[in-house]
Amino acid sequence: MGKKQVYIYRSFERFWHWMQSILIFFLAFTGFEIHGTYSFFGFREAVRYHNIAAYIFIGLIIFAIFWHLTTGEYKQYIPTLENIKAQLNYYIFGIFRNAPHPIKKTVLSKLNPLQKITYFGLKILVIPLSVTSGLLYMFYRYPSKHGIAAINIQTLEAIAVFHTIAALFLVVFIITHLYLITTGHTPTSNLKAMLTGYEELDDDNETGDAPSGNKIEENSK
Amino acid sequence: MKKIILMLSVLGLLIVFAYGTLSQREADPTILMKLKEEYSKKYTPPVDHSRFAILQQEFNSPQEVTKTCVTCHNTTPQQVMNGNHWNWEREEFVEGRGIIYLGKKNAINNFCIGTTGNEQSCAKCHIGYGMDSTERIYSDSANIDCLICHDNTETYAKAPEEAGNPVRTLDLNYIAANVGRTQRSNCGVCHFYGGGGNNVKHGDLESAMFEPTSDLDVHMGTDRANLQCSACHTTMLHNIAGKLYSLSSMNISRATCEECHTSTPHEDDILNEHTIKVACQSCHIPEYAKENATKMHWDWSTAGKLKNGEPFHEEDSSGNHTYLSIKGSFKWEKNVKPDYVWFNGTASHYLQGDIVKDPSQVTVLNQLHGSYADYDSKIIPVKIHVAKQPYDPVNRILIKPKLYSERKGDGAFWVDFDWQAAATVGMRDAGLPFSGKIEFVETAMYWPVNHQVAKKEKSVNCVECHTTENSRLAGLTDFYLPGRDRSEIVDTTGAVLMMLTLLGIMVHTSIRIAVNVKRKKRGK
Repeated sequence: MGKKQVYIYRSFERFWHWMQSILIFFLAFTGFEIHGTYSFFGFREAVRYHNIAAYIFIGLIIFAIFWHLTTGEYKQYIPTLENIKAQLNYYIFGIFRNAPHPIKKTVLSKLNPLQKITYFGLKILVIPLSVTSGLLYMFYRYPSKHGIAAINIQTLEAIAVFHTIAALFLVVFIITHLYLITTGHTPTSNLKAMLTGYEELDDDNETGDAPSGNKIEENSK
Repeated sequence: MKKIILMLSVLGLLIVFAYGTLSQREADPTILMKLKEEYSKKYTPPVDHSRFAILQQEFNSPQEVTKTCVTCHNTTPQQVMNGNHWNWEREEFVEGRGIIYLGKKNAINNFCIGTTGNEQSCAKCHIGYGMDSTERIYSDSANIDCLICHDNTETYAKAPEEAGNPVRTLDLNYIAANVGRTQRSNCGVCHFYGGGGNNVKHGDLESAMFEPTSDLDVHMGTDRANLQCSACHTTMLHNIAGKLYSLSSMNISRATCEECHTSTPHEDDILNEHTIKVACQSCHIPEYAKENATKMHWDWSTAGKLKNGEPFHEEDSSGNHTYLSIKGSFKWEKNVKPDYVWFNGTASHYLQGDIVKDPSQVTVLNQLHGSYADYDSKIIPVKIHVAKQPYDPVNRILIKPKLYSERKGDGAFWVDFDWQAAATVGMRDAGLPFSGKIEFVETAMYWPVNHQVAKKEKSVNCVECHTTENSRLAGLTDFYLPGRDRSEIVDTTGAVLMMLTLLGIMVHTSIRIAVNVKRKKRGK
C-alpha cells in the first residue's frame, strides 16, 4: 500500500483546535492561580483574565458546535466499542513491536475508537461540566438578592469543587493527549497534520481526496 | 496556513490581555465627584450668636448658660433628654430578653467595668452637670451641657472627677458667643478617650483624629474633604445616626457608607458583588490604630500592687501604660489588622447579674450576631478586646467593683486597693449579690471598626483574603472562599492522577525508545 498526502484537517478545524488549546492552557493557568496553587498575575488579574478567556472559549464552542452540526463532522465523535480492544492492544503491545495502527485513519473516520470515546466524553461531560459550573461561578447570586431565582445558591462550594474536577480532568487529558500525538507514523506526523491540515495516510480508494471546495480555498491562501 | 493560525492565536490572546487591561478603568467618578462637590461647600452659620444681647449677660454657672440657650431653643431640652447621650441608655429589643433599656447602668464592659458608684468620675463624659448615682440630674433640663457639643472655640473643657461640671476658670461668655455646629473636637473629647485614655477603647477613634491627615482617615483628612463627625453621623432634632454595638442591640439608626457611596460604588462588577456579603469597612480599613496604639488586653488580676505603699505605673517605649496599680496590666498594639466576624446589625449583651455560663471559657460581653447563612449578615472588621476581670464564683456573675472615690475608706479600689471592699461596695451599689469570693475570668468585647478609612490604593488586596496562607478571613470557616478553600479529596486525587499519567507516559516512552534502539541495532 502506498502513501499519499491527504488533506485531513480543514482550516476551521485547525483554527478551532489551536484556539481551543491556547484558551484551555490559559484558563488552566489562570484558573489554578485562582485556586491558590501558585501566584503569577495576582489574584485579581487572574480572575479578570480567566473570565474574559472563558467568554472567548464559550464563543468558540458555539462556532464549533455550529461547524460540527452543519458539516456532519459530529459523526466522527460517536463512540463505538468496536476495535477498542485492538486500539488498546496497539498502545500496550503493538507500538513496541512496530506493528501498524490497527485502525486506518481516513478523512471520513479520522479518530480511533479510543479517541472517539475520549473526545465524546470531553464534549458531553467534561466541557459542559466546566462551562456550566464556570457560568454558575460567575453568575451565582445569593438568595434574597437580585437576579434569577433559579441560580440562587446557598454556597459556592459545590460549584467550585465541580469546576475543579472538570479542570483536573482536562489537565490529565492534555498530558495524555500531548504524549499520544507522538504515536503517529513518526513522532511529529500528527502535530504536522494539525498544523498544515495534511497528513500522509495509507493510500487506498476509501480515503479519497479532500472536498475539492476546501482544497481550492486552501490553495488560494 | 500555519502562519495564519499562529497569527490568529496570538491575536486572540492579545485581545484577552487588551480587554483585561482596558477594562481596568478607574471607578465611576460621578458619585464620588458629586460627593466631593457637596462636601467642599463652605458652611456659613445662619446666625451669629455673638450678636445676641442675651448671651452677653454675665454667666456665673454653666447652668445659667443652658437656661439662656433654652430661651430660644425651647424644644431642645426635650429632644436631648430623650436621647442616649443624656440617658446613657437606649430602648432595645433583644431576642430572648424582650424590650430592655440597655446602657452604661446595666451593661458591663471589660475596661473600667461599669459606671455604678463611679459617676463622679465617669460623668466627665456625660452631657450634663452634677451627675450622681440618683436620678436627680436626669429630670432637670438646666443640667444639660449644651457647650460640650456646641462650643466652637475649642476652649470649653469638663473638669475631671467633678460629676460632669466644666473647669471653673472658663470664659463662658466667650464660649456662649461662639457656639455652632458640632466639630470633631466636640465629639472627640469624649469618644477619643473612652476607657480612660487616648484610643483605649475604639482603636479607630483617637486624638490624632482631631486633625487627621487623609492617610489616617480619607474622609476627615484636613488635606482632603475635612469631614466632621456629623457628616456621616447625620443628626435630626438631636437624634444622631450611628452607634456602637458595645451598647446597642438593634439594626436601626446606623450610619452607613452606602448612604453616600451606594452599595455598588465600584466600576468592577466583581467588587460590587462583594458588597452582598462583605461590608465596605472590611476592605477599606486594612488596619486601625494607625497613629497611636490601642489597648488590646487588660488584666485586672494584677491590679493593686504597691511600691512602698504607693501605687505606681510602668510604661512601654511609646509611653503607653503597661501597668497601673489602679487598673492592672495592659497590652497595646499599633497598626492592628482587624479581626473579622459576620454581623447582621444585631447584638446581645451581658447585663449585670447575668450568669457566666462557663468561667473556663472566654465570656463575650457583646455578642455580635450573624453567619454566612444569614442573608442580612456581612463580614465586618472588629477590634477584639480581651480582659481578665473580677468574678464571683459562687453567684457566677461578673463583679462591678467600686473604683472611684475622693477619699479613702469608701471601698473604692483606686484609693484603697482592696478587692474585697471594692466588690462589696460596688455590688451593693449595683443591687447585686456578692459571696465574698473573687476570681478573675476572661471576657471579650467586639468593637466594630468603622473609622480610619484608608485611601483606595491602600485598601485590602484580593489575595489577602483569597489565599491559603494567613488569609484575613482564616477565622471565618462557615463558607467556601475561592483561593482559600478547596476540596482536599479532589485536589489529592487530581494530583495522584496526574502523577500516574506522567509515570505511565515515562514508562511507555522508555520502552518505546528501548525497543527502537534494539531494533536499530538488529537492523545493523
